[in-house]
Amino acid sequence: MPTDAPPPLRTRIRPYLLIAPTLVGAAYLLLYPVARNLVISFQHFRMAELIRGGATFTGFDNYTELLTDPKFWTVTARTLGWTALNTLLITGLGTLVALMLVRLGRRMRLAVMSALVLVWATPVIAATTVFQWLFQSRFGVVNWALDQLGLHGYHDYAWFAHSGATFTVLVLLVVWQSVPFAALTLYGGLTTIPTELYESARIDGAGAWQTFRLVTVPVLRPLFALVTSLEVIWTFKCFAQIWVVSQGGPDGATTTLPVYAFQIAQNLHKYDLGSAASTLTVLILLAALVTTLRRMHRQEGAEA
Amino acid sequence: MNPLAPRPRQARRPPQAPRPRQARRPSRARRLRRLPLNLAALAVLATAAFPVYWMVATAFKPTAEIQSATPTFLPLHPTLDHFATAVRAPGFGGYWRNSLLVTLGAVLLSLVVALLAAYAVGRLRWRGRRAFLLLVFTAQMAPWEALLIPMYVIARDTDMLDSLSMLTLVYFMTTLPFTIVTLRGFLAAVPAELEEAAQVDGCTRAAAFRRVTLPLLAPGLLATSLFGFITAWNEFAFANTLIIKNQDARTLPVWLSSFANVFGTDWGATMAAATLFMLPVLLVFLFLQNKVTTGMTAGAVKG
Repeated sequence: MPTDAPPPLRTRIRPYLLIAPTLVGAAYLLLYPVARNLVISFQHFRMAELIRGGATFTGFDNYTELLTDPKFWTVTARTLGWTALNTLLITGLGTLVALMLVRLGRRMRLAVMSALVLVWATPVIAATTVFQWLFQSRFGVVNWALDQLGLHGYHDYAWFAHSGATFTVLVLLVVWQSVPFAALTLYGGLTTIPTELYESARIDGAGAWQTFRLVTVPVLRPLFALVTSLEVIWTFKCFAQIWVVSQGGPDGATTTLPVYAFQIAQNLHKYDLGSAASTLTVLILLAALVTTLRRMHRQEGAEA
Repeated sequence: MNPLAPRPRQARRPPQAPRPRQARRPSRARRLRRLPLNLAALAVLATAAFPVYWMVATAFKPTAEIQSATPTFLPLHPTLDHFATAVRAPGFGGYWRNSLLVTLGAVLLSLVVALLAAYAVGRLRWRGRRAFLLLVFTAQMAPWEALLIPMYVIARDTDMLDSLSMLTLVYFMTTLPFTIVTLRGFLAAVPAELEEAAQVDGCTRAAAFRRVTLPLLAPGLLATSLFGFITAWNEFAFANTLIIKNQDARTLPVWLSSFANVFGTDWGATMAAATLFMLPVLLVFLFLQNKVTTGMTAGAVKG
């Protein structure tokens, strides 16, 4: 190595050379598409422009059209409800499973954890296909089980023809797929809590619920925040499951913002409106996550 | 799937029960007290595993058994017919190859690029490091599905529509941020002093990294590539949008979703196809699980 007194140029530019490929990739495959998306959302960009090019700018027309369409607001409200319901269920069930895992014997814990990992590794499309089969009207095992339990209304019940039922199946699918990640992450956090904390809580006469509220929750707060925000992002953006199961139907009952943007772009060939819709989707998501981003920024600042 | 990679987990200390043990020998009362807990565990186990079990079981059942009013929980007359149907379906081999090429290409590319960036972030001090990290974190939350339309336009403008290389590039970029974040975590666990010692002994910086750190990083690299593999292997939306005219360039997730539509009534074949689709993920997982756990435990020694 050269040993000049001030660090040689080679050393000083080394970090920038190392991150250069990342920056080039991000510029071409992330920032440019984001910018392009923004531009399209201010243009008249339909089928003709997609094939021939030469789009003209139309100002805020697309945004006005979207924001004055009552359907957009229905879809937004549904997306928020969908996200809230799924995140609540996933975090809640994930916490319960994590608390259970900590208390289980070694062998049982290993068995449950393997099953969770199996679910986590199941590809989305495979899981989606399986759920279609589980809830199939004539030979689906769910209908059979419900029928056996005395709920004879479910004999040959067509889940995917009713809006509420389709929505329920989608929630079950997403929750089933996401609980493992939440549970395993929270379990990892639980195992790092020192026993002494629990012992002193017990000596102070705290009950199970109090211990959870006063010891577990505060210690795991950052982890809870991480899991919750990841699940918010993930369920908010969730597309493949909904698209494959229902394409947003029946009667638009399962159309969330990402599905909506895809529908107007791909089915109606209104690429400009689709771009405006996805820009708004991103803005809503960012607004929902602004506190998380702030926290990350602070943490990195403390670390650097 | 879960497109979000979990951070490398900390070493699992043997989990401690909040209550200290009361009796050495599990007394009858104690076992009774634990019964609800174990029942709950069994319920979770069953709920988690059943859909996957049902997929595999259905794939092995003859059609008559699938289409019976009372489901059988074990295939009575196991058959491989459905697998044959799935494998013989037009294009199966090609889609398999496409998926493998795209996934491996994306994972390798992002591993190399991320390793460079993780080294810069983890081992060197420079201006803009914090801003760069923030960019990576933000990119991890990027709403990829919102970029379907511009990606399509970019692919069209660069003559990359219907091409697997475009798909590889997109998957490379979608997996890159979390690959950087996780590799940075694993790298932080390898003491920098080891590298410095090698440099004192006369290695160049690059050689010190290659000979000392890289081998120690191997489990971390494997774990990270597993997450990347699953993400890319599963991706549906981009594969469905960017590959339109050239049906031969389709990937397995798209094929599987259309297979389920085309063979809508043939649930045996559909479940066989889904099982085959899931197989590599399972194999990779089984193969790597040990290494992944070792990697995570080793990675946490330093905290």
